[in-house]
Amino acid sequence: MNRPVIENSASAAAAPRRSPPSANSVFDMSLLRRDFPILQTQVRGKPLVYLDNAATSQKPNAVIAAITRYYSHQNANIHRGVYKLSAEATTAYENAREKIARFIDAPAAEEIVFVRGCTEGINLVAHSWGLGNLRAGDEILLSGMEHHSNIVPWQLAAERTGAKIIPVPFKQNGELDMGRLAELLSSRTRIVAITHISNALGTINPIQQITAMAHEHGALVLVDAAQSVPHMAISAKRIGCDFMAFSGHKMFGPTGIGAVWARKSLWDAMPPYQSGGDMIRTVTFEKSTWNQVPHKFEAGTPDICGAIALGAAVDYLTAVGMENIESAEQDLLAYAQQKLLSIDGLSIVGTAAQKAAVVSFTMKGIHPHDIGTIVDEEGVAIRTGHHCCQPVMDFYGIPATARASLAFYNTREDIDRLAAALEKVKEVFA
Amino acid sequence: MSDLRDLYQQTILDHTKRPRNFHEVAGANYCAHGHNPLCGDKLTLYLKIENNVIRDAGFQGTGCAISTASASMMTEAIKGKTTGEIEPLFEGFHSMVTAPVNVEPGEAKLEFLGKLAVFSGVREFPMRVKCATLAWHTLMAALKDGHGAVSTE
Repeated sequence: MNRPVIENSASAAAAPRRSPPSANSVFDMSLLRRDFPILQTQVRGKPLVYLDNAATSQKPNAVIAAITRYYSHQNANIHRGVYKLSAEATTAYENAREKIARFIDAPAAEEIVFVRGCTEGINLVAHSWGLGNLRAGDEILLSGMEHHSNIVPWQLAAERTGAKIIPVPFKQNGELDMGRLAELLSSRTRIVAITHISNALGTINPIQQITAMAHEHGALVLVDAAQSVPHMAISAKRIGCDFMAFSGHKMFGPTGIGAVWARKSLWDAMPPYQSGGDMIRTVTFEKSTWNQVPHKFEAGTPDICGAIALGAAVDYLTAVGMENIESAEQDLLAYAQQKLLSIDGLSIVGTAAQKAAVVSFTMKGIHPHDIGTIVDEEGVAIRTGHHCCQPVMDFYGIPATARASLAFYNTREDIDRLAAALEKVKEVFA
Repeated sequence: MSDLRDLYQQTILDHTKRPRNFHEVAGANYCAHGHNPLCGDKLTLYLKIENNVIRDAGFQGTGCAISTASASMMTEAIKGKTTGEIEPLFEGFHSMVTAPVNVEPGEAKLEFLGKLAVFSGVREFPMRVKCATLAWHTLMAALKDGHGAVSTE
């Protein structure tokens, strides 16, 4: 069994990426909890401690109000009507696109395509770009720590094109093996599809460097940014990648909406993914021509409200400040790791030096599902299972982990409640 | 904690820590693999059946407390039973752990299930029903098709 164990709490504090904020700013961040109605609720008679933010995040009043406002005052179909309401809905929808482009520092708003979420975004690229460009003998490089959503779409594309999937291994501490990546990249590599932050391990991959390495071999790079966009300042320009996909619901927006960014030149050359209304310019029974990007990739009536509410989430995050969010979460991470490692028999899985606020752990002799059930009884919500990363679990030789994933609205008290609940777990199995 | 005590009863914890019949069975003539892809629980069940009587039963694998204890207690419960007695036992166990929380299992049913009645608390934890029934689904698969793999999905 390959279980990484941190020996002492000094190394456990996993070197915050920047100096932690002052006590004052931590206090200020926790005040933001008031913006999230669900965080004021009780579960099983106890105040909810929500520590499953990597699965989905909670929604601030600003987002909930945007949804109510849209259906109360703005609802109309977009890009179609000549009437005022439709024009206003269209403007709100397109404004959301611009907000999202600015938020990830993309070169142009028209390069943002709305999808249902990160999974659909990757499927779009694997289907449209992949089937159109991959040939037998081509290689698709995926990291060993990918979420199933960045593995399976490529497997389907590989099956249909004869391309080959090459996994890039990661090391015992959860860091990508950059030496192996350098060896595996070749003229056969057509695309490197990699997660920015591992949802199972918290590892922050050096995607700027990875992109530069891939580009030297003429390969494109898709970044799964589902776990990074909500938790750190992102610049698509600076990263230099070719595709970036992420989900709205993990960034405090609604479910059912997400976005994928690509350079316009790539979008222009790619065939439509789905087809129907709004994505066409002309239709006859002999032939149709396509609308311009991004509309070419948004067939049918999209989740207009979702996009607008995602725009509201982006406004909220921008007002809080992504640098503030990142440093508050790094502070919480250091506290959480130290606190959890003081529990006898607990091991943290994933100890990369550059790590986001995700703490996967196991407890000696206790299955993660039993941990999850017992801490739930204490009002603490954590994820247990393989986190849609079965290859990661196989690497460590474990069936599952328990995972606490944090957001800026979590507090040290939340971590203390988790630690106390884990002591209860030990009592049950004593 | 009252609900939790219903789930993690002492008998269950005892079987989790010291699973009975946790081994292959010499001369087993029926076998099946069970897998719960949701949580990664895996078990292999071995049965030695002669003249329609389960002479011996054992299992191996990894799982949570509930699935391990369930497999352990199931192998104890089925030894000496005829194959014809298994289906009613499966039905009784399955309906007990999936019954609505507000419906108390009848005395007759609990008596019929004997020691297995300790799993009645599982019905308060719908997310854990598959843990409790994995071994039983594997048993049914072993009897139906001695060499097939079984999944609770």
